[in-house]
Amino acid sequence: MGFFSRFKARILKLFKKKDTCIGLYGPPNAGKTTLGNLIVKDWKSESDIDEPLGSVSHIAHETRKAQRHHKLEIVSGGSRIQLDIVDTPGLATKIDFHDFMAEGLSEKESKQRSKEATEGVIEAVKWLEDLDGVILVMDATENPYTQVNVTVIGNMEARNLPLLIVANKVDLSDADPEAIRDAFPQHPFVAISALEGTNMDQFYEALIKQFG
Amino acid sequence: MSDIQLDLVSENKLSAMAPIEKVRYIIGEVKKGKIMVLEKGLTPIEEAKLIEMTMAEISDDFVGIEIESYPRDSSPSFLDRIFRRDSNQKLTVVGPANKLRTLRKDKNLISTLVSSESR
Repeated sequence: MGFFSRFKARILKLFKKKDTCIGLYGPPNAGKTTLGNLIVKDWKSESDIDEPLGSVSHIAHETRKAQRHHKLEIVSGGSRIQLDIVDTPGLATKIDFHDFMAEGLSEKESKQRSKEATEGVIEAVKWLEDLDGVILVMDATENPYTQVNVTVIGNMEARNLPLLIVANKVDLSDADPEAIRDAFPQHPFVAISALEGTNMDQFYEALIKQFG
Repeated sequence: MSDIQLDLVSENKLSAMAPIEKVRYIIGEVKKGKIMVLEKGLTPIEEAKLIEMTMAEISDDFVGIEIESYPRDSSPSFLDRIFRRDSNQKLTVVGPANKLRTLRKDKNLISTLVSSESR
């Protein structure tokens, strides 16, 4: 490669826009991995057909390592966007191995899961520094004012990064997505059921509008 | 039934500390079993650091913290960003997760239960 070719390659590399990277955040069991898996199923390319999906469980902290899904090309309403989506472990301020024992795990399994869960939370917090935006997934049957939600929203506002709030689990009878919208009216919001695929067209439209 | 120490920490005391000092101070005091009420709370980035550093301290004896602050009214202003300040910081309560439990929280009320018995 000649001098000018090398120079051109370096200049192009310098100005090349990196892939937009969006994090899926929220408390444990909000449905982040269920939503991440659905996005991957809907939009993964043929070349990524073997990309593994995240494991889902009713026991909290099932996702204990962040999983990045690359180059998902999403199309909605005549617009398209290419994103990397990072499914992060659930954020928490406390992790007690006794809670896992109450779910039927042995003491050894519970302590191991607890250790991995703490490492997962640390990884999720570190990812906040490297993202271009966040999809904050909230369980619509829970109080929206949890500290995890308040802290994630505050971080996005402080970093001036885009945020999309998702009220998940609207298929459940006690879901109250309006409470989430009323709690954080300054941010765009969409109500879905990732489990049943409800309102996903609206979700993808909001995703492109917010991160496109 | 044992006593529980409640510390009301002024804005002046915390503002004299660097962010990492604040976080270390809070975790150190909470690990001693204290409940702390911070007059003007932490910035969102400091809150995230507090969560991260708390996770590194978790053991069989220390299961983490309970922390509650009010949601911010609005995004930081242009001047806040320029001067790297947060005029939206509000009162925050933080304590050991096995002694402090949030009963109810909304935009204007944080209701907590303090118990001397470890849960």
